[in-house]
Amino acid sequence: MTPEVVRIEGVHKSFGPLEVLRGIDLAVREHEVVCLIGASGSGKSTLLRCINLLEPIDAGRILIEGTDITLPTVNENEVRRGIGIVFQAFNLFPHMSVLDNVTLGPRRVLRTPRAQAEQAATDLLARFGLADKRDEYPDRLSGGQQQRVAIVRALAMNPELMLLDEITSALDPELVAEVLNVVRELAAGGMTMIIATHEMGFARDIANRVCFLDAGRILEEGPPSQIFTSPAEPRTRQFLDRVIAAGRM
Amino acid sequence: MTASNGRRRPYGGRSTLIAIISTAVFVVAVALVVGGSPSWPLVQQDFFDPDTFWRFLPVIARAFVLNIALFLVVEVLVLILGLLVAIVRNLPGPVFFPLRMVAVLFTDIFRGVPSLLIIYLLGFGIPGLQLPGVPSEPFLWAAVSLTLVYTAYVSEVYRAGIESIHPSQAAAARSLGLTRLQALRFVVVPQAVRRVIPPLLNDFIGLQKDTVLVSYIGLVEAFRTANIEQQAHFNYTPYLALSVIFLVITLPLTRLTDYLVARDRRRFLAGAR
Repeated sequence: MTPEVVRIEGVHKSFGPLEVLRGIDLAVREHEVVCLIGASGSGKSTLLRCINLLEPIDAGRILIEGTDITLPTVNENEVRRGIGIVFQAFNLFPHMSVLDNVTLGPRRVLRTPRAQAEQAATDLLARFGLADKRDEYPDRLSGGQQQRVAIVRALAMNPELMLLDEITSALDPELVAEVLNVVRELAAGGMTMIIATHEMGFARDIANRVCFLDAGRILEEGPPSQIFTSPAEPRTRQFLDRVIAAGRM
Repeated sequence: MTASNGRRRPYGGRSTLIAIISTAVFVVAVALVVGGSPSWPLVQQDFFDPDTFWRFLPVIARAFVLNIALFLVVEVLVLILGLLVAIVRNLPGPVFFPLRMVAVLFTDIFRGVPSLLIIYLLGFGIPGLQLPGVPSEPFLWAAVSLTLVYTAYVSEVYRAGIESIHPSQAAAARSLGLTRLQALRFVVVPQAVRRVIPPLLNDFIGLQKDTVLVSYIGLVEAFRTANIEQQAHFNYTPYLALSVIFLVITLPLTRLTDYLVARDRRRFLAGAR
């Protein structure tokens, strides 16, 4: 068994009167790929944003490699260095070239010298088929290319954990595959990942474990073969039936 | 595309023709009404006298150098201080509450009081105190007054720009491990500044025109020069000359602003999300 990278214990999170996370427990080991599935509003994105400390939690705790990162004394900037997150809406910096997008973190946070950061970024971009986009600005790229750049930008920080928040939901259908292939390559390389997704076929392929979230709780979790073929909970079955009916699986 | 172009071209030609005709009719009508008024010859002599115009244009233009110096100095200061005030107003957390209050108070006061009053109060008031070591040159206090007033305006423009940048941009920067200040400096402010260049130039046009107000604390700049000549020769044409000088300076800036607005509209529509 590989060591635990993330441990989430009894995490609660409310936005005003709306309780979005109602007691989440989850542990993810090194090299493991965990997919979060569930309806919109079930808490997938919020959970990922909490792990990256973009949202403060109300109760419970989150440990990264055994260290509680939800203590008030923790330096959140240091925590975030080791956790890459990719957003649904890409969120590239539109005023910077692809290269500057990718090197911003290494240069300003890790204080990597410019030449070295640019060399590393160029290599990473080449690895994901983006070598010729190095000097372009984001608005000149397709959605799929932008999202791949966003993944490379997160990878440039050498994170031990990647959080992917519905990264194909804003893409045209024909651009989904190129992004998912990048994620497959990361999984093959042993990257630890927590992936919120609506792509059930992809989740079934790539996940070691699938968690079904419903109304702020993990209602059911297990290997994809079990969750997708014989879910124990009626609510999971209902969700999957609807997804199949919508032709998304 | 081809079909609409085919239809649009003859229509475009016709509308040009209509525009020319209606403009001609308009100009002739105005000329008839104004020129036909019984006192027009008198007005023409007092306000539009070519001899007076050409005689005083160079004199006023020389005095205008002072206005230019004033607004150049103030523009540089305002660009820096305005951004500083805007950033202070956006500092998060209870620790910075007093600083935020000072910034709010500052913008409220200097946006709310007429520029002329500020110029009077500082231009006469501070030298009037006769404090040792405090300079009393009117140019200095004129520059300080305009800087304060326009810093207040421009800081609001910057602030609107900073707040118009979607929070997801700051979140993306923070997620890389950048501090709040780094996210502001490398991600939010550069985008905000680009977005507010047009309204900023607009305020600069206002500032350039407001430089005439410093004549009230004894600076002999272009407006005062025109004023002196008007009183000496009982003719208002020097004011016309100064107006023309202002237009020569502000019109290119106005056009540039319009061009930037149009360009940004296109770019942000393309890159918007």
